[in-house]
Amino acid sequence: MTDNPNHFAGILTEDLKAYFGSVQVLKGIDISIPKNEVTAFIGPSGCGKTTFLRTLNRMHELAKNARITGRVLVDGQDIYASNIDPVLVRRKIGMVFQKPNPFPTMSIYDNVAAGLKLMGRHSRKELNDVVERTLLQAALWDEVKDSLKKSGASLSGGQQQRLCIARTLAVNPEVILMDEPASALDPISTAKIEELIFQLKELYTIVIVTHNMQQAARVSSFTAFFYLGELVEFSDTRDMFTRPKKKQTEDYITGRFG
Amino acid sequence: MANHTEQVRRTVLSGSGFVYWRRKISNTLFTVLFSSSILIVLLPLLLIVGYLFYKGASSVNLNFFIHRPAPVGEIGGGMGNAIIGSLYVVGLASAMGIPIGLLGGIYLGEFPHSKLSTVTRFVADVLNGTPSIVTGVFAYTVVVLPMKSFSAIAGGFALGVMMIPTIIRTTDEMLQTVPTSIREASLALGVPYWRTVLSVVLRSAKSGIVTGILLAVARVLGETAPLLFTSFNNAFYSYSLSEPISTLPVQIFNYAISPYRDWHRQAWAGALVLVMAILIVNMGVRAFSKQKYEHTL
Repeated sequence: MTDNPNHFAGILTEDLKAYFGSVQVLKGIDISIPKNEVTAFIGPSGCGKTTFLRTLNRMHELAKNARITGRVLVDGQDIYASNIDPVLVRRKIGMVFQKPNPFPTMSIYDNVAAGLKLMGRHSRKELNDVVERTLLQAALWDEVKDSLKKSGASLSGGQQQRLCIARTLAVNPEVILMDEPASALDPISTAKIEELIFQLKELYTIVIVTHNMQQAARVSSFTAFFYLGELVEFSDTRDMFTRPKKKQTEDYITGRFG
Repeated sequence: MANHTEQVRRTVLSGSGFVYWRRKISNTLFTVLFSSSILIVLLPLLLIVGYLFYKGASSVNLNFFIHRPAPVGEIGGGMGNAIIGSLYVVGLASAMGIPIGLLGGIYLGEFPHSKLSTVTRFVADVLNGTPSIVTGVFAYTVVVLPMKSFSAIAGGFALGVMMIPTIIRTTDEMLQTVPTSIREASLALGVPYWRTVLSVVLRSAKSGIVTGILLAVARVLGETAPLLFTSFNNAFYSYSLSEPISTLPVQIFNYAISPYRDWHRQAWAGALVLVMAILIVNMGVRAFSKQKYEHTL
């Protein structure tokens, strides 16, 4: 599917269909998302891009009557195989949500350490190291290093989102899924998040859903265009925005519909 | 049109004219109306507390808290055994009502749309509206009759039954106010579901749940009817589960209907102490809800 077959596939889906009850949201998606790159999902609202994202770490099935058919392979392993624990899948494939959602009753420190603390015992030293490392990675350390005990909810929206990114990084995932991570933020916070995504791709495979075409162009190497539950086009980001192959893609990115 | 607007503006700003006065009068009228409604609500409470102080305060002294009731005709004695007994019975009720209410509430809050939840919620609401004397009869039938004796445990059982629906429903409602996004944040970190519920969801709803528990405790603390034929009464200090035990509400009831002036005096004192105890628990509730408010800031 991808134009760069040299890239090792981080995530591969085969005929992936997703349903809410009797409503089919995804109509058979085949895609090969490259490892350690940023891949953007674009498309009009309701096209299934968020649903698709949520099938990649088994969050989709949490909704009532939600189910899927088909396969999702991460590093060659089918994450929907019957012997796979969804909890372990989610540990390996982190997620950042549209609206910043820090744990309201926890301090900044505890928010970052939450994943580790809730999974088992860790030494104080180990937790301190992880908190500092991930807050540095999320470019938040300098702003909060003196107030780690303050409530996570006391931060600004942009800081909260970076806190959520640090929280995701703390459990050491291989893949990070981001569902419109900057759509609720102001331009300066958005720029910071984009900068962050750019740096994180060295270490992680990143998939980002966005409504902002410029954002997709700025941060991603590959772009997938979804429309009405189908993957219309998937290619190198530059090609997608300069020489789209399909008429629908061109209409969407030039703003003729959507 | 422009002229008219200008005219309205001028009359309003100049502080005279029909529009201005109409607004002024209705403002005063409604302020008086709302303030007097508040007074009407507050008045009975103030009268009760005031009258209790007037009648009972002089009899509340150290002897009242530490002594057991004196025999008829003998001056002195207190309600020490009834105070301890009330704490004992409410403690038993809490030991039964809090865990069951909490666990049931967590089930309802986490699986709000299952069939069992719908039925349980309905049953809890009906139980909540059941007259307390009926709960007493129930406890009499299932505990007192088989044991062939009034007992502290029967009283605790009756009050515990009364606590369950309140705690179930507040826990249920509090858990449902925790946004899905918080649950998802935890699940997406690879935290198992049971751990998410215990450490993230319950923690987020903690202050509301504790408030519900305290309100349930405050409510049963003053219950009399279900205790009349379950824990009955006892003139002595008793710590036995299987023997009758004195409680403050029942002791007040017995003294109030007695023909002796000294007992009436003590009943007033008991009522004052009981109302104060309930007030203190309610203040604890306020402290807890306030804590939550500061936390979210």
